[in-house]
Amino acid sequence: MDILSRIDWSPFWLSLKLASITTILLFIVALPLAWRLSQTRCGCKPIIEALVAMPLVLPPSVLGFYLLVAFAPESLLGGFVKELFGVELVFSFPGLVVASMIYSLPFMVQPLQSGFEAIPKNIIEASFLAGKGWLQTLIFVILPNMKASLLSALIISFAHTIGEFGVVLIVGGSIPNQTKVASIAIYEYVETLDFASAHIYSAIMVAMSFAVLFTVYYINRKNANKNL
Amino acid sequence: MRIKIYKELSRFSLDVALQIEKGEFVAIRGKSGSGKTTLLRAIAGLERARGLIEVDGTKWLEDTKALPPQKREVGFVFQEYALFPNMSVLENLLYVKKDLGFALHLLKLVDLLDRKDSYPHQLSGGQQQRVALARAYMRRPRVMLLDEPLSSLDPATRSYLQSKIKELHQEFGTTTLMVSHDVAEIFRLSDRVVELHKGKIIHEYTASQLLNRHQLHKAEVVAVKEDHILVAFLGDIFSLPKTKEHKVGDIITISIKELACIE
Repeated sequence: MDILSRIDWSPFWLSLKLASITTILLFIVALPLAWRLSQTRCGCKPIIEALVAMPLVLPPSVLGFYLLVAFAPESLLGGFVKELFGVELVFSFPGLVVASMIYSLPFMVQPLQSGFEAIPKNIIEASFLAGKGWLQTLIFVILPNMKASLLSALIISFAHTIGEFGVVLIVGGSIPNQTKVASIAIYEYVETLDFASAHIYSAIMVAMSFAVLFTVYYINRKNANKNL
Repeated sequence: MRIKIYKELSRFSLDVALQIEKGEFVAIRGKSGSGKTTLLRAIAGLERARGLIEVDGTKWLEDTKALPPQKREVGFVFQEYALFPNMSVLENLLYVKKDLGFALHLLKLVDLLDRKDSYPHQLSGGQQQRVALARAYMRRPRVMLLDEPLSSLDPATRSYLQSKIKELHQEFGTTTLMVSHDVAEIFRLSDRVVELHKGKIIHEYTASQLLNRHQLHKAEVVAVKEDHILVAFLGDIFSLPKTKEHKVGDIITISIKELACIE
């Protein structure tokens, strides 16, 4: 109990904040991309799909290194963002959000793309013929009929962002209340041989990960039973 | 309604000119891949095409300038129903237009008032297609397009649905184009038949002319007795002498004359 009272919960809150913001922004960005990928017959589709899937196979250190280079204030992107918004992307929370969005992109795009591909084309057309525009069709017809994919995309992206380590460490470092998320805190506890704290942090992460995955599978099973 | 549509397809080009009177029921027939569905989809605005579509003075298509499907007052019934799975029967209708009174009236017309709270997966194919029909009328469309709406249904359900299509057409007087392979169905429902081949109209005739052109028709054996068989044809059941062994479900060729002499 004593050790619990000594626990600094701020890395967890920061992880939750990072995961929430990343998931929401990524959803907005990934939705049109996944839709286009599901509908296009363009020859460039495999190239875009490969680029989207890159974070799945790239070592996080490689991705983190290139993001660090791209986010540097001297670089084109980093300089542009700093000039336009007055925000530095390196070693800052906004930088972590952008890096997380890139790192978690396939976890959001791929389930959404599969969900879109599984929707019969004629129910989308039936909505258009009912006089409804694209946005109404998306909200009232498409998304409600791909709940399982939607849930997988949101929850897995959220969980993946919470568990992220390599990219976060390289791009964000370990600044308390800014970039020191739970996974970085565990790494530091291990480095300082504070195994008790590392155990507690890790156990919480294990419980959170299990709860998230269990929720996805449970709801998917419930949906599958409902459709029988 | 004036239609002049041109569209390049993979093996041929669709090139159709049609003049349809208000309230007329026109059937489109032709072999698979002759461009029938593409024609309906182009009229609905679901396929890009060039030409002219003019309905009651409004141009839906003028050369390449096209109104989107949302702005064409068209009802469309797909072969595979295309109901919204996440909505109940009533919600499917109300999604088109928030007019509860009209939705209930349409559901009464298609005998589905008691299933208004059911979801599509709880309905049979015939019931789903009746919902699709009712939904297509919710916008009070100027043009109704039916793309082989009954082809996946059994003969008895098909016959029942034909009567419902007829009733709805009589009530609303909507100009209707229906793609169908079924001569009996065409004869029962349409005023005029247009036959397509490789994207071009090759024949136009009245429904009764069609029947005369096709002295031989397909009918489904629905019962086999000792000395006669019963067949389903034109939405009715006829008796025929048994000349050879048949089993229920066989599709046989019959002639109108043969049926005429049975009493």
